[in-house]
Amino acid sequence: MPKAMMKTFGAAAIAASILGAAIATAPRSAQAAGEAVPIPSYDWSFSGIFGTFDRAAMQRGFQVYTEVCASCHGLEYIAFRNLAALGYDEDQIKAIAATYTVGDGPDDFGEMFEREAIPADRFPPPFANENAARAAMGGAYPPDLSLMTKKRANGVNYLHALLIGYEDPPAGVEVPEGQYWNAYFPGHLISMPPPLLEDQVEFSDGTPATVEQMSSDLTTFLAWAAEPMMEERKRMGVKALLFLLVLTALLYAVKRKIWADIH
Amino acid sequence: MSGFQSDNAVVKWIDHRLPIFTYMNHELNEYPTPRNLSYMWNFGSLAGIALVIMIVTGILLAMQYTPHVDHAFASVERIMRDVNYGWLIRYVHMNGASFFFIVVYIHIFRGLYYGSYKAPREILWMLGVIIMLLMMATAFMGYVLPWGQMSFWGATVITNLFSAIPLVGEGIVTWLWGGFSVDNPTLNRFFALHYLLPFVIVGVVFLHLWALHRFGSNNPLGIDAKGPQDKIPFNPYYTVKDAFGLGVFLIFFAAFVFFAPNYMGHPDNYIEANPLVTPPHIVPEWYFLPFYAMLRAVTFDISIPFTGIILIEAKLGGVIVMFASIIILFFLPWLDSSPVRSGRFRPTFKWFFWILAIDLVALGYLGSKPAEQPYVAFAQIATAYYFFHFLILLPLLGKLERPKPLPTSISEPVLKGGGMMAGAAAKPMEKP
Repeated sequence: MPKAMMKTFGAAAIAASILGAAIATAPRSAQAAGEAVPIPSYDWSFSGIFGTFDRAAMQRGFQVYTEVCASCHGLEYIAFRNLAALGYDEDQIKAIAATYTVGDGPDDFGEMFEREAIPADRFPPPFANENAARAAMGGAYPPDLSLMTKKRANGVNYLHALLIGYEDPPAGVEVPEGQYWNAYFPGHLISMPPPLLEDQVEFSDGTPATVEQMSSDLTTFLAWAAEPMMEERKRMGVKALLFLLVLTALLYAVKRKIWADIH
Repeated sequence: MSGFQSDNAVVKWIDHRLPIFTYMNHELNEYPTPRNLSYMWNFGSLAGIALVIMIVTGILLAMQYTPHVDHAFASVERIMRDVNYGWLIRYVHMNGASFFFIVVYIHIFRGLYYGSYKAPREILWMLGVIIMLLMMATAFMGYVLPWGQMSFWGATVITNLFSAIPLVGEGIVTWLWGGFSVDNPTLNRFFALHYLLPFVIVGVVFLHLWALHRFGSNNPLGIDAKGPQDKIPFNPYYTVKDAFGLGVFLIFFAAFVFFAPNYMGHPDNYIEANPLVTPPHIVPEWYFLPFYAMLRAVTFDISIPFTGIILIEAKLGGVIVMFASIIILFFLPWLDSSPVRSGRFRPTFKWFFWILAIDLVALGYLGSKPAEQPYVAFAQIATAYYFFHFLILLPLLGKLERPKPLPTSISEPVLKGGGMMAGAAAKPMEKP
């Protein structure tokens, strides 16, 4: 019996170590992009296997997005109807959508027209196209934010570190016109001006709008925007793993019973 | 031969005309299997199950995916956000590719250690190498479909390899692309082939199983079965053992799918492909990294000394080395000169086997690094060692090494005869 157990664990250990060796290379290759600076790890409501998005933080983060980021950064894969996940009800979502104008058409006369957005619409882009954005932004192209936390290595921590990482450049470093020194941006010279300023927004729940607070709320909102099915995924994962553990234990018992006469 | 009996009239009627029940009974139920297979023999059936998982999720994804450069990326996001359980299907497919390779690599290393490629199983082994090649082609083209930055630039780098072929190279690349760069025609044909090749793999898997069932599985002792006492019917013994192995596999798999679904991916692939922006470091998926390291290890032209006439340019050299690293496996049954199958009775081979495994892990690590020193120098050493192992070491080892005495039979290897050394080594097979 103990020998059989040892053997089982031995096989699992071999599999795990080969798996480990194989995937140990993956994060390194991910970090290969850019001369990355080590990113600190922060605590998030949504980390861990039971983590969920903090609804209040998401709503505040959404406010930061609309009042600060949205003038330059799009959110192309998010529809207004998706905001239900932040805790807004249907009327609130309709009201939010109605503050946006989207292009539509052609109408019965062949004319394109503009109308108020409805929940089924997606967030309209801040610029008509990349060229328009670059012309307006001094040559820089503000990236879309819908997948921001997934398209950078260690994206959630990176984004928060970047937003609070604006500093005075070290002595002797010349920062060119239109660029800014950031402790965490690869290469340190970023074209985005420091986006968050103390008390830039006023949170309706009375939370003080420090740069740190706005950044972490915005990061929570964007983490949701990049992976809106995360809560469902983790819930299902816990059930799936519990089921598989029981099933596998049963299969092991059956295996031992059937093999008993061979031994 | 067939012990198949049925009381069901319909089954009897069918079986008389098309003996499919007799066949299945023979190959899956009473199929005689060595009684001493260890858990390392679970990975063949796991690979088969991984293939089925990939085909099922792949077909579901294809129903929602749009193979067009303007829509591919957005259609994948639509699958992730709007399609019912689309995120689950895609994450299973994405991580399924990695797990398929993990399982197959373990399966291959099992074969290398226990000499499963030796007579009479050479064709079985070669069919396996073909399956691995097909898997690599399929995985490469599948990675292009989401049309992220790594999709696009990976496709550009790999298809460009063919331009190293003298004279016709450039023409071949244009023909592969269906144009003058990786573009919509490339994406379309990669989608078509990515859908086709898995079914080709299924076909070769059937040949693989056919060849397997001709002589049956090898076993940890590497000796042939002497009689019925050495074998047990596949069902229920190995069906239940494989089912248990599947449970363990699924636990690992689910842990990644549900809690770290993007761990083995590259963040750049969540940026839509942009032909005008090259990522700082283009890296393939982890399962290609050892081969990628070999490709980049050749940094020198091969020329006739003192004449300056270049015979093989560095790029072509790298391509040749990379493909040779797999082609060489076809010749493995004849390169290994030892008549002893199992590494358990080959004291020296055992060490070199593990050195080869470490060599490949090191190559994987080096492949993930930028093509700079000292990584390139280490990759050159590791690549040279890989070929040294197969071309020089294995042919010599069989002649120089003194294998331990083999047990007389599978069912009683320890009792007498075989000597104390063999007995000690063979202990784990005794009874799991």
